[in-house]
Amino acid sequence: PWVRQKSSCSATLRSSCSVGPAPAGPSLRPQPRQPPPLQDYISMRAPRPAHPPRTPSPGLRRARPGAAGHTALRMPAAGRGRAEPGLPRQRESRAPRRLPAHPAAPPAAARPAALALVILLSFASRFHRLAEPPHVCWDETHFGKMGSYYINRTFFFDVHPPLGKMLIGLAGYLSGYDGTFPFQKPGDRYEQHNYVGMRGFCAFLGSCLVPLAYLTVLELSKSLPAALLTAFILIFDTGCITLSQYILLDPILMFFLMGAVLSMVKCNSCADRPFSASWWFWMSLTGVNLAGAMGVKFVGLFVVLLVGLNTMYDLWDLLGNLSLSLVSVRTFYFFFDSPVISQTAVLYLHGPGDGFFSSAFQSQLIGNNLHNISVPEHVAYGSVVTMKNLRMAGGYLHSHWHLYPEGIGARQQQVTAYLHKDLNNLWIIKKHDSDTDPSDPSIPVEFVRHGDIIRLEHKETSRNLHSHQHEAPLTRKHFQVTAYGINGTGDSNDFWRIEVVGRQAGKLIRVLRGQVRLTHVATGCMLGSSGKILPKWGWEQLEVTCTPYLKETPNSLWNFEDHINPKLPNISLDVLKPSFAEILLESHMVMIQGNTALKPKDNEVTSKPWHWPINYQGLRFSGVNETDYRVYLLGNPVIWWLNLVTIGLYLLITVSAAVALKRGVQLTSELKDLSRVVLRGGGQIMLGWLLHYLPFFMMGRVLYFHHYFPAMLFSSMLTGITWDTLLKFCAMFLSPSATARKVYGAGFLALVLLIIYSFYLFHPLSYGIIGPMASDPSSPMAGLRWMDSWEF
Amino acid sequence: MLGFLKEPVVVTVEINMNVMVLTLMGLISRLWGLSYPRAVVFDEVYYGQFVSLYMKRIFFVDDSGPPFGHMLLALGGYLGGFDGNFLWNRIGAEYSMNVPVWSLRLLPALAGALCVPLAYQILVELQFSHCAALGAALLILLENSLITQSRFMLLESVLIFFILLAVLSYLKFYNLKKHSSFSGSWWFWLLLTGVACSCAVGVKYMGLFTYILLLTTAGLHFWHVIGDQNLSNVSLMCHFLARGLALIIIPVAMYVSFFYVHLTLLYRSGPHDQIMTSAFQASLEGGLARITQGQPLEVAYGSQVTLRNVLGKPMQCWLHSHTNTYPIRYENGRGSSHQQQVTCYPFKDVNNWWIVKDPGMQQLVVSNPPRPVRHGHIVQLVHGITTRYLNTHDVAAPLSPHSQEVSCYIDYNISMPAQNLWRVEIVNRESDTDVWKTILSEVRFVHVNTSAVLKLSGASLPEWGYRQLEVVGEKLSKGYHQSMVWNVEEHRYGKSLEQKEREVELHSPTQMDISKNLSFMAKFTELQWKILTLKNEDTEHKYSSSALDWITMDTNIAYWLHPTSSAQIHLLGNVVTWASANVAALIYTCLSLWYLIRRRRKIYDIPEDAWQLWVSAGGICLGGWAVNYLPFFGMEKTLFLYHYLPALTFQILLIPIVLQHISDHLCRSVLLKSMFTALIVAWFSSVYFVYCTFSPVTYGEPSLSVTELKDLRWKDSWNILIRKQ
Repeated sequence: PWVRQKSSCSATLRSSCSVGPAPAGPSLRPQPRQPPPLQDYISMRAPRPAHPPRTPSPGLRRARPGAAGHTALRMPAAGRGRAEPGLPRQRESRAPRRLPAHPAAPPAAARPAALALVILLSFASRFHRLAEPPHVCWDETHFGKMGSYYINRTFFFDVHPPLGKMLIGLAGYLSGYDGTFPFQKPGDRYEQHNYVGMRGFCAFLGSCLVPLAYLTVLELSKSLPAALLTAFILIFDTGCITLSQYILLDPILMFFLMGAVLSMVKCNSCADRPFSASWWFWMSLTGVNLAGAMGVKFVGLFVVLLVGLNTMYDLWDLLGNLSLSLVSVRTFYFFFDSPVISQTAVLYLHGPGDGFFSSAFQSQLIGNNLHNISVPEHVAYGSVVTMKNLRMAGGYLHSHWHLYPEGIGARQQQVTAYLHKDLNNLWIIKKHDSDTDPSDPSIPVEFVRHGDIIRLEHKETSRNLHSHQHEAPLTRKHFQVTAYGINGTGDSNDFWRIEVVGRQAGKLIRVLRGQVRLTHVATGCMLGSSGKILPKWGWEQLEVTCTPYLKETPNSLWNFEDHINPKLPNISLDVLKPSFAEILLESHMVMIQGNTALKPKDNEVTSKPWHWPINYQGLRFSGVNETDYRVYLLGNPVIWWLNLVTIGLYLLITVSAAVALKRGVQLTSELKDLSRVVLRGGGQIMLGWLLHYLPFFMMGRVLYFHHYFPAMLFSSMLTGITWDTLLKFCAMFLSPSATARKVYGAGFLALVLLIIYSFYLFHPLSYGIIGPMASDPSSPMAGLRWMDSWEF
Repeated sequence: MLGFLKEPVVVTVEINMNVMVLTLMGLISRLWGLSYPRAVVFDEVYYGQFVSLYMKRIFFVDDSGPPFGHMLLALGGYLGGFDGNFLWNRIGAEYSMNVPVWSLRLLPALAGALCVPLAYQILVELQFSHCAALGAALLILLENSLITQSRFMLLESVLIFFILLAVLSYLKFYNLKKHSSFSGSWWFWLLLTGVACSCAVGVKYMGLFTYILLLTTAGLHFWHVIGDQNLSNVSLMCHFLARGLALIIIPVAMYVSFFYVHLTLLYRSGPHDQIMTSAFQASLEGGLARITQGQPLEVAYGSQVTLRNVLGKPMQCWLHSHTNTYPIRYENGRGSSHQQQVTCYPFKDVNNWWIVKDPGMQQLVVSNPPRPVRHGHIVQLVHGITTRYLNTHDVAAPLSPHSQEVSCYIDYNISMPAQNLWRVEIVNRESDTDVWKTILSEVRFVHVNTSAVLKLSGASLPEWGYRQLEVVGEKLSKGYHQSMVWNVEEHRYGKSLEQKEREVELHSPTQMDISKNLSFMAKFTELQWKILTLKNEDTEHKYSSSALDWITMDTNIAYWLHPTSSAQIHLLGNVVTWASANVAALIYTCLSLWYLIRRRRKIYDIPEDAWQLWVSAGGICLGGWAVNYLPFFGMEKTLFLYHYLPALTFQILLIPIVLQHISDHLCRSVLLKSMFTALIVAWFSSVYFVYCTFSPVTYGEPSLSVTELKDLRWKDSWNILIRKQ
């Protein structure tokens, strides 16, 4: 076949080989070697990963016979990624002058072939050794577990929105996983449980990333080599492969994110034919993808921002178009915005809506939620109540049988704010001066009034809410709140004055709607929750303090939520039920609080955002010791450093292009095209990178290396565009001499070869390795630990 | 030859009486009765202690900002002949006779007074009428909060002064005609911009945001210069370099020079020493320097050393051991090796001494000549008093079970061999053969058998460990962390062969000779880093407020209350001005959006040059407000109303701009115009009226009666102090 191809190539030299439209045509189809990549990958399942087809040198040798007349451009398009080599002394001698002045985009026929190749390679690299290792890796322990919860219909709370976990659950369900595996800790063996379905789902989405990025770059730059370069970078990046192979939210998030970017870009290019079918299609797809991205992780917000900025830019353009009447501009506003915004909103709300529904459903079963129950309207002495702090995501006033540890205030029983329903949230309202048994039916009901002095007795432990002039555990300037006394007998520090905001003395206090403030009689401070999270000894519940600063903030206001008093008639409180919007807001505040609560502990060495682009440190997915099956999430250093350099290069190119344009330098039309691609297309991508990277510098929560991967996608696309532009520019600079094409081809080829070779070096990181650590010279990874901070 | 004599010598003096009068009024309003009250007012208690320390030349670290502001205040004290002897401990304390109150408060008051003519000039440079400029200056003049803040030893007025100066000089620079490029005044205003910016940043870090705003503006303007195709590439490059020099290089250099002066002035050790590294402390006179002076520099085999943990958190401490052993079982049931405890101890103690021993030799004295220990050498560390070896092994540490226990080895003969070899790794080495130096070298001790690293875990041990800090062997030593790095603080070459002698030697103070000084840049980097990373825990104060309260002035701050009468000083703004400033900002935003959209549709409501003025004025004033206000929403520090004053100043400048724009372009008829003028006059009288009403709590006199005070409480959230009868 090689010979045949050669001949066919040299015969149709100019059109089919150099520019590469025909490869999909007859010359290749009969080739037996056409499908090999898959076979090769299958053969790679052998334990020794370093096998011949991957190594460039054998490929080089084998390919040489067919090399004549091939350009780098065409090779991938022909479906033979490994045959890159043979550049071309012969080609040059045969047809130097027929080559176009600069490497124009190949005709459209090459694109499907290239796309097919990209998809094939992408899927092959992601699905290779998918089932290995057959135990729980890293965060699979969380997301696998949550997928199981969905299959089992168990309610749970998590800091991420639910869509991603529901999809994992769905994938598991469809692939026959029954939700019985406990996912307790990393390293647990899956045994007979079917986990490959869930991993396969994630790997599928992870593989789709590459063609999506390919298409995006193609659309932005109209240059096949740029798109191919991006695709190769992503295909052969060990980090992307590793992250796609496990049950994680990231591949799902990145899929939606890239989907949104692609449809946004497509939509932009249909902007000249608004309201056409494809315009509608891409527009609605943008909305769907944005909603998906937001529904998986809050990081999805950044891509929404990106699309939003882009839309605003477009609208501004449109507004300046005087050929459109103001009415049509308004329609545009409407149609531009409405599908995107409404779809985003509707789909997003639907996602969590399901989550909330299950929450409501769950609480109904237990019967302790507000829904469909009725309570007495006014609080009376002897009532059993729960008190909820009014700050967003504030908890219930709570106490339990544990004392404050020694050295933290007085060694009395803890009082905290707890986010969940619990019997320990129940308090009994008592008069401060008498201790009559309120349940005695002979005593008439006496309502609590604004300004009364009361005592709050914790129902489970029969201790009174108490405060004194010891400093609070976390907020030093506040006073400590404890539960004190035995069987309801305490001292005068248990007295609290109860007041309702905006009421006069003597008025009754309503459940739920009355905003109550509790003032400590002896010290004059106010009961409040600081919202800070107590350490382990306080079970990571929220701190409750008595604040001497008498300010009316939600922190120091409470309302009565549950209310049990058998002597009083119940009224239905459906009217008082919070609206869907309120629930949504509240639940998001809870999620955000949960997110920010993931604070690094003291002295813990955490991953810093500046580590990421330089690939400073990876993440251990599985295994630590020599005998373990080790998988290590680390970007392919060659690719990542190339990306890093490219960002600087891009800025340099942009600035010089912009200055040149501003100075009115006369540019050829090709150069103008190039600068347009760099400024407009590259600008969009650069903005995406910035939006997905910079916010992390301002986040207080624990950060991990994998947070950088969305930004890395943008960075890779930028690399594709920038290097393509740079090479074209160099080629143009040298033209019309014949070396122009050669420079371009050689540059492109060198980059691709570099990427593939580095992948060959580092692929054990993703596909797993057993044996000595890299510090041992006998390890296959020996000598590759280029940075001391890498741990393989 | 004498041609120049043919013309008469003419001096034409042009005096803008507006500016003169405004300056005079500013001085009167800010300087009148400056030394009243003769008591510590609010944050004077905070800044005063630094002034005292400057007077006594004692080193300190203040995390609230760079030292330039403190130095200016101290300059006032220096000129007034202050000796620094005053105990700044409580607000309201009466000043003793040696405190030159007037001169201490003079500089901030002068800065505050000069803000008035600066405001006038800025509006003139923004090409607005003198009438508008006069309005802006009067609004600043009658702003009670700015007056209060200027009249005491506080830094906001100085900050505002430098910010306004920077803006003004940039505008002057920008308004110079094109042909006067590189002329004297061109350079003067350009350089003044840079200098004023660095001074603003040097006073408070908030100045940084105005600096960034000006840099952005300069960048935008330069972008237009690039587009000017009459300029040759060379002169373009010159323009670029000149701006880079004046706006970036000089400010940075000046900023560093503030620290240089700061460190030159403060050469004595003082209360904040322990925050700094040993090397830094040793460079200060007294304190650690007295102890370490004359120590041998190079650590050799046989050296007696104390090892300080570099982290310094939760407190500075030294590697320590004592005869007590780890309990056989901890409270939670885990077992220990029952060997001698090794801890980190925050006080100087004879048990902090360790001897560096060569594993191959028996002797514990320094040979002659001394054999220095180098990076990568393997040593044993012998505890001086108990002569036991520092050891770690695969036993969980008492409080951090993921790390290894560190102990001093006791041979119990239970097949648990000693593992007491440590490799010395100098972290800040320049080459791999560096010698381990006292104080200067930061060292990691890597355990040879387990490659664990000696680390301070930060937890404090329970009763059995005397609450000292736990030291562990960290197996997963990811990267660099200061808790794993140690440096030698005290050091002497051991001479005693016998244990008894050695104990005596360990108790004796170190004495020998060499001195070592850190370079200025090393000191600067360390101090700068400490200022940026030091965190005060207190996040609440009686008068602290949230950034959202400021726009509507929902809070005030009581600065001072007379000990007997009810005379008092509050930080309270002029309500009318604050409200009008908000309205002006709102009107400006809405109008701009409206114009912008209409212009996009090619409808031009106002002439092009008026639009340019409108945009540039808004960019400076509204932009200045935004950059000085919005960052507070992301800050986690304690916030006070006075933080809003720089932003407020910019917002006030916007009022006359909007007013003039409305009167020029929106009041189309003469009738409308005169009505509008009448309105402005009425509004302005109300500003004056409010100023007069609140001036008793601005100046602190006269003392008001209870009913008058109650009448002043215009908002429920204001906290006006009323004495109980």
